[in-house]
Amino acid sequence: MGGVFPFSLLLACVALLASLASAVSALGTGGKRGPLFKRSMFVLLGVAGVAAVGAGLAALASPQAALGELPLGLPWLAWRLRLDALAGFFLLVIGLVVAAVAIYGPGYVRDFEHGQDPLPVLGLFTGLFVTGMLLVVLADDAFLFMVAWELMSLSSYFLVAFQHEQAANRRAAFLYLLMAHVGALSILLGYGVLAGFGEGFAFDAMRAAPLSPGWASVAFGLAFVGFGMKAGLVPMHVWLPEAHPAAPSHVSAMMSGVMLKVAVYGFVRFVFDLLGELQWQWGVAILVAGSASALMGVLYALMQHDLKRLLAYHSVENIGIIFIGLGLGVIFLATGHPAIGVLGLVAALYHTLNHALFKSLLFLGAGAILHAANERDLERMGGLLRRMPWTGLFFLVGCISISALPPFNGFVSEWLTFQTALQAWMLDGGVLRSLIPITAAMLALTGALAAACFVKVYGVAFLGQARSRRVRRARPTPLGMRAAQAALALLCLLAGVFPTTVLLWLDAVPAQLLGQGLSQATARGWLWLTPVAPEVASYSAPVVVAALVLVGWLAAVVLRRHDGGEVRRCDPWDCGFGQVLPSPRMQYTATAFSQPIRRVFGPIFRIEERIERREEGMRYQLLVLDRAWGWLYAPVERWIHAVARRVTRLQSGNIRVYLAWSLGTLVVLLWVIS
Amino acid sequence: MVPGNSGGVVVGDLVNLSSGWVLLQAALFLFGAPLLMAWVRRVKARLQNRRGPGWLQPYRDLNKLFAKEALVAHTASELFRAAPYVVFATTLLACLGVPLVAVGQPFTAVADVIVLVGFLALGRFFLALAGMDVGTAFGGMGASREMLVSALAEPAMLLAVFTLAMTAHSTNLSSVIDHQLAFGLVLRPSYLFALMALVLVAVAETGRIPVDNPTTHLELTMIHEAMILEYSGRHLALMEWAAQLKLMLYGVLIVNVFLPWGIAREVSLAAVSFGLFAVVAKLLLLGVLLAVTETVLAKMRLFRAPQFLNFSLLLALLGLLSHVILEGGA
Repeated sequence: MGGVFPFSLLLACVALLASLASAVSALGTGGKRGPLFKRSMFVLLGVAGVAAVGAGLAALASPQAALGELPLGLPWLAWRLRLDALAGFFLLVIGLVVAAVAIYGPGYVRDFEHGQDPLPVLGLFTGLFVTGMLLVVLADDAFLFMVAWELMSLSSYFLVAFQHEQAANRRAAFLYLLMAHVGALSILLGYGVLAGFGEGFAFDAMRAAPLSPGWASVAFGLAFVGFGMKAGLVPMHVWLPEAHPAAPSHVSAMMSGVMLKVAVYGFVRFVFDLLGELQWQWGVAILVAGSASALMGVLYALMQHDLKRLLAYHSVENIGIIFIGLGLGVIFLATGHPAIGVLGLVAALYHTLNHALFKSLLFLGAGAILHAANERDLERMGGLLRRMPWTGLFFLVGCISISALPPFNGFVSEWLTFQTALQAWMLDGGVLRSLIPITAAMLALTGALAAACFVKVYGVAFLGQARSRRVRRARPTPLGMRAAQAALALLCLLAGVFPTTVLLWLDAVPAQLLGQGLSQATARGWLWLTPVAPEVASYSAPVVVAALVLVGWLAAVVLRRHDGGEVRRCDPWDCGFGQVLPSPRMQYTATAFSQPIRRVFGPIFRIEERIERREEGMRYQLLVLDRAWGWLYAPVERWIHAVARRVTRLQSGNIRVYLAWSLGTLVVLLWVIS
Repeated sequence: MVPGNSGGVVVGDLVNLSSGWVLLQAALFLFGAPLLMAWVRRVKARLQNRRGPGWLQPYRDLNKLFAKEALVAHTASELFRAAPYVVFATTLLACLGVPLVAVGQPFTAVADVIVLVGFLALGRFFLALAGMDVGTAFGGMGASREMLVSALAEPAMLLAVFTLAMTAHSTNLSSVIDHQLAFGLVLRPSYLFALMALVLVAVAETGRIPVDNPTTHLELTMIHEAMILEYSGRHLALMEWAAQLKLMLYGVLIVNVFLPWGIAREVSLAAVSFGLFAVVAKLLLLGVLLAVTETVLAKMRLFRAPQFLNFSLLLALLGLLSHVILEGGA
């Protein structure tokens, strides 16, 4: 160990150093040479991203894990790095998004240069944030893991609080900080259980820890709560829709696209790698939490009309889908069906990659709208496709991908998850066999609702007529911002059309982690995806795309021959209303669009409707609130307040009483030590 | 003309995807769908003591629309003009994924039943977007309602096909039908539930009474028609044709998957022509049933439609659960 680093790890260290250097060079952006430092800040961030992608690919290609040691850390516990296929995959995910953000950033932060928010702060914490995420994935002992985890959480706290003049942002940042630390505590305790039995903080020692099933379940529970809180599983998701929209859009893209994935990484590392023997009951817990998150996430997303908040709720949904895959993986692995279990895990990882791609694409699109029209509220958008055709096109790709529609990438991972779920007949025991189909039903419902939600988003924001002046006069976005979106959109398409190639790379992860690959899925060559066996299910995305293009093209050609493809422009007909009142206010709004769904799923939301009658007319107010607050957080808050009030009785203001307490504490401590 | 595989499912190379077979099925669907529509309209007319339009009326309508000039609103974007092609292409591809006259049809391996549902969803996505594109009140209304209906119908449909897929241990429709035929007529409760669920879904998804009324002229009650109000000329023709294809697709799905008898399992002229005869007979019968229900039922209020669809979701779930619990690992 130490000394010469393997190539993949060397690249990963380059990525770490580059992101740190990016953070350092951000400090200079406020000074005389600002533009130069700004450029170097984003170039270095891009280098970090590209190096991380390279390191990830190298790690996925190499059959063994790369080990290394940094000359940092505690004297008896140097920081140990390990880059295996799993870490490599997540490096790849982080790298892709970071590289796209580095292309996007220069254009986007121009808004902040002349504002009151300091650019150096933004750049510094962005760099540290990326460093923290890379380091979490590379850590090979719990100590370094927690240090990096805190670096990631704290720097992202400052990014959420970046625009701190608004009280809502400060509140969101505090909530985020609080929940991140409750989660970190839980993770720490989880590692503590493993370290206690394994006698060491190194992951190797933890792997060898002789755990009883009871203690293993305790460790699992702690890790599930801790990582679930960071990932945003229902009901621990409440910080997410507050914090993610508060940050600048390119940071939101990294938080939703990548930071949640780092939590997924931690969970996979903990459960599939460190814990040892899996128990199927854990799978049930993961599955239930995952399905609840998926369904709740999309239902709440449908009710939002702030674009970034809506996207944040969709992150809850997609994390739920990832956890459904992981839960299926645990169940099948624990009941002795490794081939199917691996499929579940791979489906979850595939969705991790996909979600990173399309969610960052969508957040970058939301940022582009914010940049162009200074608008986040869907109710004031409309017709943006005409003002920003490229952003509109890329955003459409993101919408189709996240709605899990063929031939884009979201469909492939959901298809793989469905295929895993459909193998439930292999299991014995009625509970599992009926639970898994119900999960599949919820996943199907989630997918359909997500499509409804993105019809709403795209239809209201990009189609129709502008609902406000700012949006009507949206300015064009810089080339860099468009290029970043184009790259992500292209990756979404490629990951959807060539799933077999993606799976060939992904295959290394379960092969190294569990000693079981997924060779049958790719056995038929690049054209065919056969997750279980060719006669069970097959999908050929390239043929599908070719056929789709061919049919559409043929229809167009045949019709063009007919009349030259000309159309005549006219006023909208709208059953005769078109000429009467050609007002954008006649259009369906985002709230109106989701009204039927709000009515059907009414009991799930806390809806407050008010109609005020005034002199000049009526005013309708609608509030859709998250039930998790009332059911979980408000009681906890009340309880903490009650306890705190009890504790304040200690504070009498009398010094003699304080001295008595000190003496008492000292005596108790002496007694404990002796 | 037809590939050299007999009966069983073949996942082969691209070479095996005999284009002739695919083209034949596409042609049958493309020209059969208007006929099916004509049949339903004729039967309905007879039930209402009218003579009804002739057999060729849907073709004449399509022909007329194709010949007419296409009007596009000033406010419409490029998406509005692209949507009819997307909707038409996805619906046609979905049709190719259903065995029509013979099993072992190669496209069923390219796109299994989940992909088929995905195609329909993709078409619907663009249809709804096109409805919102012009920026009129009715378009948005139709899109919102359509997405509500589909959000509830799609999971029910997926669950119904999952029941079949779990029984046959395959999501390939050819394998599902093969499995059905190999085991003969077994009255499974799960199939019965799935069949009922799928019928309800089909009614909702094809916009028939009691969920939607394809012949309505009252905009406020429209779902599907409200989205395509702004279309004219060849765009409208493509949309109409796609809707007819979708009706036939659901019809074939129901009759061939649940009552597959008669479908050709080997490639011979006799078997294929008998398969064609069988599917035509079954579709005609289904058309009569559809016409009768549309005559005796009235359209529901929009907010009754979710109850209707929840019922189908419940049926589908019951089907799946009764399969995993009652029918064991069979």
